[in-house]
Amino acid sequence: MSNDALQQTLERPYQHGFVTDIESDSIPPGLDENTIREISRRKKEPEFLLRWRLAAYERWRQMEPPEWARLTINLVDLQSLSYYSAPKSMADKPKSLDEVDPKLLETYEKLGVPLHERAALAGVAVDAVFDSVSVGTTFRKQLADVGVIFCSISDAVREHPELVERYMGTVVPPGDNYYAALNSAVFSDGSFVYVPKGVRCPMELSSYFRINARNTGQFERTLIIAEAGAEVSYLEGCTAPQRDENQLHAAVVELVAHDDAFIKYSTVQNWYPGDEEGRGGIYNFVTKRALALGKRSRVAWTQIETGSAITWKYPSVVLRGEGSSGEFHSIAVSNHRQQADTGTKMIHLGANTTSRIVSKGISAGHAHNSYRGLVRVAPTAAGARNHTQCDSLLIGSHCGAHTFPTVDAARADAVVEHEATTTRISEERLFYARQRGLDEAEATALIVGGFCQAVLDELPMEFALEARALLAVSLEGAVG
Amino acid sequence: MNQAKTSGEPLLSVRKLQVDIAGKRVLRSVDFDVDAGELVVLMGANGSGKSTLALALAGHPRYEVSGTAHLGGQDLLELPVEARARAGLFLSFQAPPDIPGVKNNLFIRTALNAQRASRGEPEIDAYDFLGQAKAGAKRLGLPDAMLARPVNEGFSGGERKRNELLQLALFKPRVALLDEIDSGLDVDGVRALVDLITEMRAQGTAFVVVSHYLHMIEMLEPDRVLRLQDGCISESGDLELARSITAQGFAAAPARQAAPVGA
Repeated sequence: MSNDALQQTLERPYQHGFVTDIESDSIPPGLDENTIREISRRKKEPEFLLRWRLAAYERWRQMEPPEWARLTINLVDLQSLSYYSAPKSMADKPKSLDEVDPKLLETYEKLGVPLHERAALAGVAVDAVFDSVSVGTTFRKQLADVGVIFCSISDAVREHPELVERYMGTVVPPGDNYYAALNSAVFSDGSFVYVPKGVRCPMELSSYFRINARNTGQFERTLIIAEAGAEVSYLEGCTAPQRDENQLHAAVVELVAHDDAFIKYSTVQNWYPGDEEGRGGIYNFVTKRALALGKRSRVAWTQIETGSAITWKYPSVVLRGEGSSGEFHSIAVSNHRQQADTGTKMIHLGANTTSRIVSKGISAGHAHNSYRGLVRVAPTAAGARNHTQCDSLLIGSHCGAHTFPTVDAARADAVVEHEATTTRISEERLFYARQRGLDEAEATALIVGGFCQAVLDELPMEFALEARALLAVSLEGAVG
Repeated sequence: MNQAKTSGEPLLSVRKLQVDIAGKRVLRSVDFDVDAGELVVLMGANGSGKSTLALALAGHPRYEVSGTAHLGGQDLLELPVEARARAGLFLSFQAPPDIPGVKNNLFIRTALNAQRASRGEPEIDAYDFLGQAKAGAKRLGLPDAMLARPVNEGFSGGERKRNELLQLALFKPRVALLDEIDSGLDVDGVRALVDLITEMRAQGTAFVVVSHYLHMIEMLEPDRVLRLQDGCISESGDLELARSITAQGFAAAPARQAAPVGA
């Protein structure tokens, strides 16, 4: 893909968006009460939200960064970050695009279809978030015709404050954890989806997140609500330019599924992972949780995590509704000096709730990959069932795979199954594939693809090919 | 594939092949030739190094190998594993491994296209490939469903061998090393195997067949029978050698003076 084409695709949303009335770029670095008032003022938010943010900020000030994960973190100086950054006027745009590293563009080329070209793919509606603001949402009108609301969370705050006020923070309370509290105080933008009763969303919804500015944290906030009998499939993709310093992405995603509703949430996370020596890269500290509130409601998380210097995320499902079910399908790849501590929590509260976990962790180079999972069966969850399959693949001899599964069952009738394997890419399989004419990289990609097949099958078809290509690119240089 | 022969030089020519595995010498000095369309049977007692010879030619990563092995003038031993395969060397493994999650037809097509690309030939598309693969599977008695299943996963011993033969048929190599291809194959499988080899020989593929099974060896009508012993080719003969080894056993049939190479 040429520079021009990338520029065009990045610029396209601005032509239809609300860029004209944004003239300032970012507010000065630093975080205090005034920062939060300023964010809220610029976003023209209602009073309830400002109060909510300030309360979250108070909670956050009394909290400490979590240290229980198996991660080595150079804490980002939160006072050095700017908490609001919006694109300047059109005239200034090319400047920021020149900063996109050629190596990143090369990666896009290899991928074939960069995420922001999605808008052109029929049948996929896209919301693009550039630094702190949503720069445009496609197919809004077509979706509105069937009653589906798909917009930025900022627009939702202005246009549907009653929905935001009713649901925001009900799944991930502001004081849930250090990064969730920070997000609640300073969240910038993100997506909002509301699917009314009985409506099956007619197209895939997709969000594209990009951190562009230097010294900016991205605090994405996404809220998806599926009313009774509603169905929606949502995919998010993330990229960031290559920078020497670590950048913080601290997102909160909340899903609410009512009776018989189905929410499928897929992530292809390709934030800049840092270089081979571990310089730079995104800190991806994310709280994602779903509330399967209604009877027979279903939630399925699928994630392909290939980027970020550090990934700290545990997409979870609180299974409250009777007969509700939760699924977590994950591929986490860490190469070079990347660290991933990821997994899920399945909290069984309702009777006859079921959950399924399939985790595939791949480590290469000097990377470390941990699966951390919790399956909790409450005294109220009669007949709860869980099945966990947790597989780790090691490439080379300097990397590590770690598994921390926790089962906490308060009922004797709970059925909780856990299977775990750790394997290497066997020399024998690699030799066999190479004897058939595949070079080491091709053979590795094929074997890794096979290892991940069960999760790749869960992705919306449009994205499965890209995910496969992404796996191959992330593992480049992992062997040989 | 057309075999453009260079003047007088055999298609595969192995000289002074020496192989050490984990510091232990398994092959001392192996010399033999196979020409296009020829079939050589390699016999030897268990542990005599027949599989080692095949794996060393294919480029096993753990072997220390010296000597030469020219294929069409190019020394295979200087090439990485995949380049040897792309040059036209195929090894049917004695115990082919499985590759979980990778569909058999995807695997074979990806490999075939890698080989084709190295020869400057266009990629074969999924549809055309499936037609060829189904036809090949049918003649080898491999159910179609095996194409859509992960490579060798849950395959019986015989099915794995048929799957090796399917790849042999689709890749059309210049030289094929078949390591105990008959073990695990039933009567129909052996018949299909002999048919395929006969047809491919007529088209110029050279074969090195490791086997203990006289009946199949007779059906293959080999050009030569070689005996591997004490790390080198101790004897070279015709079908009579295979018959005498089968009748008397390796222990009771001490090798005679080694015959001249390529005789």
